This record gives sequence, C-alpha cells and structure tokens, in this order.
Amino acid sequence: MFVLIVGAGRVGSALAKSALAAGHEVSVLDADPLSHERLDAGQSKSWEDAEGQFTVGTALEMDALIQAGIERADVFIASTAGDNTNLVIAQIAQKRFGVEKAIVRVMDPARADWYGGQGLHTICPTKHALEMFERALAPAGAA
Amino acid sequence: MYAIIAGAGKVGRNLARELINKGHEVTVIESSRSCYLANEEEFEHALQYGDATELWVLERAGIQRADLVIAVTGDDEDNILVCQVAKEKYLCDRVIARVNNPRNHDHFRLLGIQPAVSATDLILRLIEHEVPRYGLVHLLALEEERLEIIELEVAEGAPTVGERVSDITLPEGALIISVLRGGSGFVPKPETVIQAGDEVLLVLDPGLEEAITAYFATAGQPARI
Repeated sequence: MFVLIVGAGRVGSALAKSALAAGHEVSVLDADPLSHERLDAGQSKSWEDAEGQFTVGTALEMDALIQAGIERADVFIASTAGDNTNLVIAQIAQKRFGVEKAIVRVMDPARADWYGGQGLHTICPTKHALEMFERALAPAGAA
Repeated sequence: MYAIIAGAGKVGRNLARELINKGHEVTVIESSRSCYLANEEEFEHALQYGDATELWVLERAGIQRADLVIAVTGDDEDNILVCQVAKEKYLCDRVIARVNNPRNHDHFRLLGIQPAVSATDLILRLIEHEVPRYGLVHLLALEEERLEIIELEVAEGAPTVGERVSDITLPEGALIISVLRGGSGFVPKPETVIQAGDEVLLVLDPGLEEAITAYFATAGQPARI
C-alpha cells in the first residue's frame, strides 16, 4: 500500500516509521525541512536508506502533493497541526485526486463528528483523551 | 438581512460598516483578542470574540438564522471551512469567501465555495485592462452561469482584419458584443469592418478563449492568455 502522510509532527512521523516498518510504501510531506530529523530519530538507517520518501512543501500546493506521489496514494493521512488545514487537504485528496481513504486528525470533537459524517475518516485525540480521563477519574471498581 | 462575517480585519470591518449603514443586522466574529478589543468600542454587540471555525461559536452568533455568511479571515483554510460548514451543516443559502492566495482559488471551487473573491485576481484584471497590448483580458466571469466576457486586441494581420462582422463565423457560444476604436466603444452592426488595433469585447462560453484568440491574433503568434 502507498501511504502519503502530510505533517511530520509527533504523530505523523511516528506513524510514518511504523507504516514503513509494516512494509508499506511511505511518503511524507511537511513544510518544515527540519521535520525530517524526526523521521531519522531512533532509527538504525536514515529515512531515505530505509526507502522512505520525504518532500518539503505545503499540502495546499498541487505541485508538492504531486511530487509527494498523491496520484498513486492508496491512503492519505492529514496530521498537520491545524484542524482546518487537515480537513481541507483531505477533501482535496479525495475529490481532486480520488484517493480512496483519507484519514484526518481533528482535535475539535465537534468538527471531527460532523466531518466524520461527510465521508472523511476523522480521528479525534481529544475525545480519546477525554474518555481516558473520565475512566481515570471513576472510582475504583466502577466499570 | 442577517449577515455573519468571519474576520474583523480591514475587509471584515469595512464590509460590516457598509452593511450596518444599509440597515442590515451584522455579527462579526474575530479570533484575535487584541483585534477584538481594538474594535469592540465601535461595533459593540455586533462584534463577538471567538474562532469562527468552531461550530459553537457560529451557533452562538446565530448561524441558523443567517441569510449570508462572509468569510474574510487571512487564512484560506479557515475561510473554506467556515463557508463549507455554513452551507452544508447549517444550510445557509448564500456564502462568500475571500481567497488570500490566488493559487488556492481552485480549492474553493473544488469544495463548492462560490463565490470566492481574490483581491489579487481583481487587481490583476484591472492591470490587464489598464495596460494596453496585453492580449486577452477576462473582464467578467460568471462561473455559476457559465458565461464570461473577454476583451481582445485585434493584431495586425489577424484573419478577421478587414472582414465584416457578418462574414466572421465564430465558434458556437461566442458573440462579439462591442468594439472599442479610437477611445470609444460601439455595438457592431453586421456591416462593421474589423480593423487592426480594435479592441473587441466578446461574450463566451468558458473554455473557448484559445479558439477565439486565433481569430484576432496574428497567425503563429497567439495573443497571450
């Protein structure tokens, strides 16, 4: 599977490494050239030697997306720091480039819910954190 | 009419003033605390502090009853999001978005955000109109109606030079509506003869620009588009 990840922050870079280790073809796009360091960190081989791809650019630029290989991507992952950026670029991936699966990180539960009903696969870390906090708060023994 | 404006920058503030002066009800939403505080005194209850891409902020502003939503923040993704949510979640009939980076114009179109207004594009069009010998100028594009009006300068040696308008067979979907010659414009008659240096205005179906340019440019040297 060819996986294109936009946004190589903590989540994006860790996901890129695990997807590559799982045998997928992985391409990463980030506006910050320094984010490449996160892809190399803790690895025995550099990202490129491990056959990962890295492109510098923003996901609103068609050229950068094409260079990063969006035209043959099976999965598109939007994990930049901005909810709205993620939601917009995932829709571009789906509607302009016909990428079958677009997975979007959305911190705001309300936007994650609504766009989740509009054909995007949204993941909301806030919601998961909240559930864990609530579980941690619950008195011992309670389900 | 009730209008919600996202973004209290220069554009948002001036739009709000105009609409309020015309007797409309307006709420402006601004996410920068300092910008909000600086304008609170002038706009009072018509200015709210918050992020207009948060659904509860839009709901607090009464988006359910808004007739018009205008997104004029400095961030194109935010403008797309506000308009998309207004249209598709809250079923607001009319949205208008500002395009900050003209290269993002296609994204607005792709996601159904129309009209999307780009100041850079507008200025560019004016420059094309004001600076002669630029070739083809898009004067007006009605995207929903799929019509546009263009202006072309007739080049020396173009196939239509010396031809009567009635003898020029343009492709289906194109019509000469005006000729500018010697500083004044007129509506051509069938017997009007096209001269080199004329500027012709045509109404077209989109996509015909290139075909039309060939009629008014010198062979082998198409006008710039």
